Amino acid sequence: MSGCSTIDRREFMCVAAGCAAAAMGSCSDLTHSAFFRDHLRELTKTQLDELVGELESEYSERFGREVEVGTTGPMKGVELAYALDLSRCVGCRRCVYACVEENNQSRDPQVHWIRVLEMDNERGIDFEHADAYYDAEQVPEPDKFYLPVACQQCRNPACVKTCPTGATWQEPDGITVIDYDWCIGCRCCVSACPYGARHFNWSEPELPAEELNPKTHILGNRPRTKGVVEKCTFCIHRTREGRYPACVEACPVGARKFGDLHDPDGEIRHIFENKRVFVLKAELNTRPRFYYFYGA
Amino acid sequence: MIVRAFINFSLGSLRLILRGGWLYWGWVVALLAMVGVGVWAYAGQLEQGLISTSMRDQVSWAYYIGNFTFLVGVAAAAVLLVIPAYIYHWKPIKEVAILGELLAIAAISMAGLFVLVDVGRPERLWHLIPFIGHLNVPNSLLAWDVIALNGYLGLNVVIVTYLLFSFYRGKHPNERVFTPLVLLSIPAAIGIHTVTAFLYNGIPARPFWNSAILAPRFLASAFCSGPALLLILMQLLRRFTRFEIRDAAIWKIAELMAYAMFINLFLLGAEVFKEYYSNTEHLIHMRYLFTGVDGHDSLVPFMWFSVFASVASFVLFLVPATRRNPITLNIGCVLIYSGVYIEKGMGLVIPGLTPDTLGEIYEYFPSTTEILVSVGVFSIGFLMFTFMVKIATPIMLGEFRQRQVALGGAAGSPPLAQENAT
Repeated sequence: MSGCSTIDRREFMCVAAGCAAAAMGSCSDLTHSAFFRDHLRELTKTQLDELVGELESEYSERFGREVEVGTTGPMKGVELAYALDLSRCVGCRRCVYACVEENNQSRDPQVHWIRVLEMDNERGIDFEHADAYYDAEQVPEPDKFYLPVACQQCRNPACVKTCPTGATWQEPDGITVIDYDWCIGCRCCVSACPYGARHFNWSEPELPAEELNPKTHILGNRPRTKGVVEKCTFCIHRTREGRYPACVEACPVGARKFGDLHDPDGEIRHIFENKRVFVLKAELNTRPRFYYFYGA
Repeated sequence: MIVRAFINFSLGSLRLILRGGWLYWGWVVALLAMVGVGVWAYAGQLEQGLISTSMRDQVSWAYYIGNFTFLVGVAAAAVLLVIPAYIYHWKPIKEVAILGELLAIAAISMAGLFVLVDVGRPERLWHLIPFIGHLNVPNSLLAWDVIALNGYLGLNVVIVTYLLFSFYRGKHPNERVFTPLVLLSIPAAIGIHTVTAFLYNGIPARPFWNSAILAPRFLASAFCSGPALLLILMQLLRRFTRFEIRDAAIWKIAELMAYAMFINLFLLGAEVFKEYYSNTEHLIHMRYLFTGVDGHDSLVPFMWFSVFASVASFVLFLVPATRRNPITLNIGCVLIYSGVYIEKGMGLVIPGLTPDTLGEIYEYFPSTTEILVSVGVFSIGFLMFTFMVKIATPIMLGEFRQRQVALGGAAGSPPLAQENAT
């Protein structure tokens, strides 16, 4: 049934928006199917497979190499969570660049999903006096500590609530994702996010073919276009297959911990039991799945 | 019969638009030229992406959305006229109430265009159409705003078309149809401002906007800015057409504006007190607006000008002698308009986002593209308003009527002449 209404809808849009599509000549990256495509969550299995095929051949052609677009769903009963040890983090920003390489962010202009803030030991966590552009010869600097911030994968996400087209939603495993082909680029979510986690593609993202990570996910690190919002997905293409996010693997001091919130023997449970954790801006009731703690 | 009359009405309206003196054509051509510049700048923006604006992740809404917010306020002009005209049946304003409705149509159209030029993927705006796309109601306030603004636009188009078409046919509008529509337009006007305010208000991540009096402030300033524009337009119409607008109407509107400006200033003062006296970390946004933070002070002179303009115009409109003097009246209008333009535009949007949620200060100032595109959008609005007034004026004066009625002599006297006679 849903397939039937989908076709009606497409036909309607072909008539109603044909002129508009023609007028948008400068959006040359539009293929016919991308323009009239339905919301990802409303596609049937066949339509999704068809779309993945189209995307894979489009990307493979564009980058001159084989690109895989995964659609792996959430693992049953799994709720992914993160914990970051502030007493270990030294502010080296290796996570930032590992993330960029893994997730195919634009190299020019640079898009970073992780922002590392340098803060004064004396002030504690104080965003007003934080510095994201510290340029140290050697980290950590004396009297400073470092707070990496990315998407907090909130249980009560302000970005999802505010999106006028439902282009962003929370998956059953807790990851908030974006349909890059449904986002209209209004940036309500950028305003609504208390953590500066959402990033807009102000121009066509530049990603050299040799730097492309060919293993992608349709809701994650597949190449984006200009005019849409993107954000951390807990490396959805890795973590849904039981691997760690790239930032966890890149961290040289082991400050980053990741796992299933419900796994009794998992790292996250271990930290809950042995350390005291906190979340950023708890007063906003966003209820992050990203915890911070002081391991030492 | 009615369909044919409507076709003739439409064709006649088109002819009216195409007829005019050198002054009219000069104005129209100048506006068209500016529209052309705006379209050219927008084409560049589409090509390059929004990187051609000065907006970035830190300040991701700015001049366009500020103009959008301000123009939603201008659309309130109608309500300030509709209430005295149709609730209190005050004749001098009833005669000119249609101007407010025309201004509302132009203002809402411009507001919509400012959203259009602000989005990253305009070709996907059909995603906002219920059932065809996916409108995220009741959660998203922008979704509500889409409904409210389009509803208000539609309502005013219906009201104005019905009114003008009735007069064109030499008939008085059927009160049974007309009155409910006009009455509905009052809560609808308040609704668009409230929903637009809630769009900001409902974001706890931005303490500068997350204030319970934001919607009342929107309404108060809206009841100043729209009428300010209208008062100037009324005087121009009085000079260049045979449209008679009585001084009493102008003075009454100016008096109502003084009260609205008082409430506006009072509410602003309440916000300033709360932030400065409590002196929490949230104060930084207001400091950025009024004094600057660490040498970042590009908004400061504008905001102080806005405060000066609002206070000065309040005094000018409060004192009967100065609101009746055409010179001080017009100075007051310009001051109100510019004061609210700053306060409800950039003065609202930019400090809400500066510093950003992680404490970074990105100093925003509009790029050339943003200014040219905005000039284009404003020109489209002025052009729309010019054309609408060009059609409405001869109808209200009884000069543009359905032919056979006029020949048959069955037509009543034109609405203005008749009302003036009583």
